[in-house]
Amino acid sequence: MTMEFDNNQPIYLQIMNHMKRQIIVGKLKPGDKIDSVRELAAELQINPNTIQRTFQELEREGIVETRRGLGRYVTSEESTIMSIKKEMAGELLDRFVIGMRELGFESKDIITIVSEAVSEKDKKGSE
Amino acid sequence: MSSILKLTSVSKRYTSSRNALHNVSFDLQAGKVVGLLGSNGSGKSTIMKMAAGLLQPTSGTVSVTGIPVGTASKAVTSFMPDRPMTESWMRVKDAVLFYQDFFSDFDKVKATEMLRFMNVNEDERVGALSKGMSERLHLSLALSRNAKLYLLDEPIGGVDLVARDKILDAILQYYSEESCLVVSTHLVSDIERIFDEVVFIRNGSVVLHEEVETIRMKYGKSVEEKFKEVYAES
Repeated sequence: MTMEFDNNQPIYLQIMNHMKRQIIVGKLKPGDKIDSVRELAAELQINPNTIQRTFQELEREGIVETRRGLGRYVTSEESTIMSIKKEMAGELLDRFVIGMRELGFESKDIITIVSEAVSEKDKKGSE
Repeated sequence: MSSILKLTSVSKRYTSSRNALHNVSFDLQAGKVVGLLGSNGSGKSTIMKMAAGLLQPTSGTVSVTGIPVGTASKAVTSFMPDRPMTESWMRVKDAVLFYQDFFSDFDKVKATEMLRFMNVNEDERVGALSKGMSERLHLSLALSRNAKLYLLDEPIGGVDLVARDKILDAILQYYSEESCLVVSTHLVSDIERIFDEVVFIRNGSVVLHEEVETIRMKYGKSVEEKFKEVYAES
């Protein structure tokens, strides 16, 4: 796993988001074993306690499970994975909507712009 | 969590002129990697030397694992000073034996493994090592002791990027959860991601002691930016 960090943001959140994204796109599959704290700390050159915290938070959210004596695994619960996907989409949308409002667009304009953009992309994709 | 290094109202006056340290108090816990940050002359090395038992405070107390600094605390404190402790005629393997003779908690197997990891040749003369290689050697020696407190004074002082990465890797890989590792540096951005918490020293006083993730969360700033901000005030 390689990733770029922004030192202005909490590192554990960045690693959490990165792992969630890997799960959503299928690079980490349900039931996959994940690296140990030490391995990941060494690989990312990050403080082990930060990695520990990342895993704790992921466990709290039900995304990662610890099996005693075996290590940590990505959850096999499809519903949990779906909800991360929704959650991440929600965050993207929130940021987008706030940005558009700041630019002075009204709700119905935003919807028009989005549907235009989506159909534009579809057209390009089918060519 | 158990306290490893505790300073209580520590002041240090070298000559009559000014205080090198003024009323410094902090408590560092086991399992933490702590950055002791400050510009040149801020008092970082004075704190390191006091924790290592090489200097006495003018007032206040310094204790390691609850015992006042002295012979007993030195037995559990591994200090990597900012200049070499080995003799230039030694070969690397002699330096390892030298450490083994001195420190009963020295782990020769770990040292050999670590020197290999760091690509330091055991047959090389210590005097012939480049600055970066010498830093790798001394870091390996310091971390090969099974100590409670590790004090690394400017471990990445003058090394290139590749060497720096190697040193950070070694720190992350070889430090133990039961001990506390204190790293003094003025090169903040290079290594801020390996810290749990940082202590900012300015003109001999502690101006900030905080967990690094808290700094990022609370101020939306990197440790380096916070550092620059704090130092700009003076």
